[in-house]
Amino acid sequence: MTIAAPAEPALGGRLGAIIRRATELYEDLDFKSVLDWKAKDKTRRAIGFLPVYVPREVIHAAGGLPVGIMGGGDMTEIVRGDSYFQSYICHLPRSVIELAVSGRLDAMDGFLFPSICDVIRNLSGMFKLLKPDKYVHYFDLPQNFRAGLGGKFYAHEMRSVAQAVAKMTGSEVTDDRLRESITVYNANRRAIAALLELRIEKPWLIPATEYYLMLRAGYLLPADEHTALVNEYTLMVQQSNRRPLDNIRVMVRGAFCEQPPLALLRTLERAGCYLVDDDFVVGSRFIPDPIKAEGDPWEALAEAFMQRSLPTASVYDEKHQKGDLLVRRVKDVRADGVLLMAPSFCDPALLDQPMLQSALEEAGIPFTSFKYSEDTGQFQVIREQAGTFADAIKLWGTA
Amino acid sequence: MTTAAKKDASQERQKTMIAEHFEKLGHAKENKQKVVYTFVPGNLTELLANFDLLPVLPEINALQSGMRGKTGDYIHLAEKSGHSEDVCTYVKADIGMLKSGNIGPTGEKIPEPDLLLLSYTGCFTFLKWFELLREEYDCPVVMLHVPYQGDGNITPEMRQYVAGQIREVLIPELEKLSGKKFDEDRLREDLKRSAKAEDDLVWVLESAKHKPSPIDAYFGGVYYIGPIFTSFRGTQDAVEYYELLRGEIEERIKLGLGPVTPDGVMNEEKYRIVVEGPPNWTSFREFWKMFYDEGAVVVASSYTKVGGLYDRGFRHNPDEPIETLADYSMGCYTNLNLPDRVNLLENYVRDYDADGFLINSVKSCNSFSAGQLLILRELEKRTGRAGGFIESDLVDPRYFSAANIKNRLESYFQMIEAKKAKG
Ligand code: SF4
Ligand code: SF4
Repeated sequence: MTIAAPAEPALGGRLGAIIRRATELYEDLDFKSVLDWKAKDKTRRAIGFLPVYVPREVIHAAGGLPVGIMGGGDMTEIVRGDSYFQSYICHLPRSVIELAVSGRLDAMDGFLFPSICDVIRNLSGMFKLLKPDKYVHYFDLPQNFRAGLGGKFYAHEMRSVAQAVAKMTGSEVTDDRLRESITVYNANRRAIAALLELRIEKPWLIPATEYYLMLRAGYLLPADEHTALVNEYTLMVQQSNRRPLDNIRVMVRGAFCEQPPLALLRTLERAGCYLVDDDFVVGSRFIPDPIKAEGDPWEALAEAFMQRSLPTASVYDEKHQKGDLLVRRVKDVRADGVLLMAPSFCDPALLDQPMLQSALEEAGIPFTSFKYSEDTGQFQVIREQAGTFADAIKLWGTA
Repeated sequence: MTTAAKKDASQERQKTMIAEHFEKLGHAKENKQKVVYTFVPGNLTELLANFDLLPVLPEINALQSGMRGKTGDYIHLAEKSGHSEDVCTYVKADIGMLKSGNIGPTGEKIPEPDLLLLSYTGCFTFLKWFELLREEYDCPVVMLHVPYQGDGNITPEMRQYVAGQIREVLIPELEKLSGKKFDEDRLREDLKRSAKAEDDLVWVLESAKHKPSPIDAYFGGVYYIGPIFTSFRGTQDAVEYYELLRGEIEERIKLGLGPVTPDGVMNEEKYRIVVEGPPNWTSFREFWKMFYDEGAVVVASSYTKVGGLYDRGFRHNPDEPIETLADYSMGCYTNLNLPDRVNLLENYVRDYDADGFLINSVKSCNSFSAGQLLILRELEKRTGRAGGFIESDLVDPRYFSAANIKNRLESYFQMIEAKKAKG
């Protein structure tokens, strides 16, 4: 039996309108919003980027719109995508290929594939073969974090993207422009941080699906528009009369690339878990704190990535601290337990798991793990697992 | 289809070299020799030798365990201790071997590492692999980030980045570990020897252009590249091994002989194939037999280029000792982007006058496998020759279905026949 995951009750008023807007954006796999944005000015260009992180400031500074390509979720019927990938490869690339070969990514003038895993890496080459007329670039993030080595290499990578986008838009990326873009995204960072803060404090005000939709909207809207939307949402929910439930507080790790379907988030919440921290759409807050908007902006972006980004499986843990950071974060957000949920066949997430598990075991923090895919449609097992986990914590404080 | 087996002198020589290496490893701790674990693609063998450090290559351990039929248990052990069934089985075979006492192929215990040298070429799993090993061993890790040839070239910035890491990060760490100063002159001498061995290796690989081919460049090829991979590049031993091998193959060409197989010399060459992807190790002989029994010889393969694309011109260059190590790391097959992989395979099909190409898609390895179905289509389109696709795994016996693979191969060879008949 499929556990139907009913929609949240329709909300009226401004809050309802904000959520409807974010839902429309999420469901818009033809990227109409991007086409509308481009239609307003013929110099506008859209650059699609794959998970996990790219410095969107650079695209913005060249007058481009960075657009997150996060797969087709559970809304894309895979007709041709499966014939490009063997059964033992995760789902995200097949839905991305499906979108590409069916013309739904035509709104993009270029594509960036950040260096997170071999699948995304090879997908960049597939795009080069399938879309020979588009700008396709594998964006190599540094795994050496010294300013004079990784920092220098990374600054050059960013500059090469800036030049490519500037060639399309005709707007050269000057240091001033880039500093302005950093400021624009810093405002966005603050808005997202305030939303997260509120969710940690009062998770009943922000259902997981709404929170998720707000983040995803940022992957389609221009940055300042998104900032305004998030700020308004955060304000509106505080004025709502949503009441707390007897849910446990959990943290999610492992969902940094292929995204869980909305219905899965709803299932977890209905099973008694407030998601107070997670790594969904992690690129939107990969660098959680504001970036320096004075001095050399390239260096500032590089320094932020190398020294202040969130720990993620695709970045080398040079200081051997992922376990400690995880445990510390659990304490900071006052989580009762952790859900290690990883996409099936996702090497980075699944290879990370044993390390995260031993850190949690050592710290006596309850956890449970399961796999999903972006088009998971059966939720019964996960609902039972999450429900049992929540009940055990409620009863005994441990799973 | 074959005549009696007889071991060549080069094979004996190689066996001795490997045995001596494991012997050294077996006594490393008592001889106070430091041991460095590192990976095959883009390996820095000459640099490690510069500090008299002994390399251990966990991938080679995994494949050797696979050949000895141990990996089924090792993988099971790793999965029981929380490793996912979905991930690369090399990692799990290694973790399982560690948990079973780390006994190497010669029965001696492989010493624990004094350093994990994470030279990060062409595969993200390497990163996780050593993060996982770091949990088990109390030793430092040093990372060499090797950028990918995403746009199909090595830019000056990439070169500077890698050379900079070798100079500023690796060498100081290796000096600290070994207590020895870096000796650039010695490195130059070793690199000269590397280049010499590489010349002969290329000659050997290219001998497959002859008809009949005197070598099998995939199943046999893994033996030819073995010594260079496993720690001997830059040594006089490696130079001599390749001279010996070259001499033997010159002789085979003179006599018009086909490749040596485990069942002797292959007599009739019926099909010439290019293969993409790693082989299966758990049923290596059985797999190979499915080819030579049908008279199929592999004339070129991408797998034998994981340790360098020497046949496309690269040689270690003693005049630029550090930069050449950087170029080498970035130039391996697994560091090529997909369009360049297709170009290379296309050229192999033409240069070696192959009847077709075959992809062995291994479940473990996203680095190789993701995108292979598009490679297949592109190659079919560009060459018009027969393309085949089979699936197996490197060291997980659960994913080697002999009957299934045999069936597929038989229909594949029939497809070649049909194409040949059409002209
Ligand atoms: S889900 Fe995992 S394996 Fe798949 S593309 Fe993303 S990071 Fe790579
Ligand atoms: S994924 Fe492939 S290249 Fe990487 S370690 Fe595993 S087998 Fe080797």
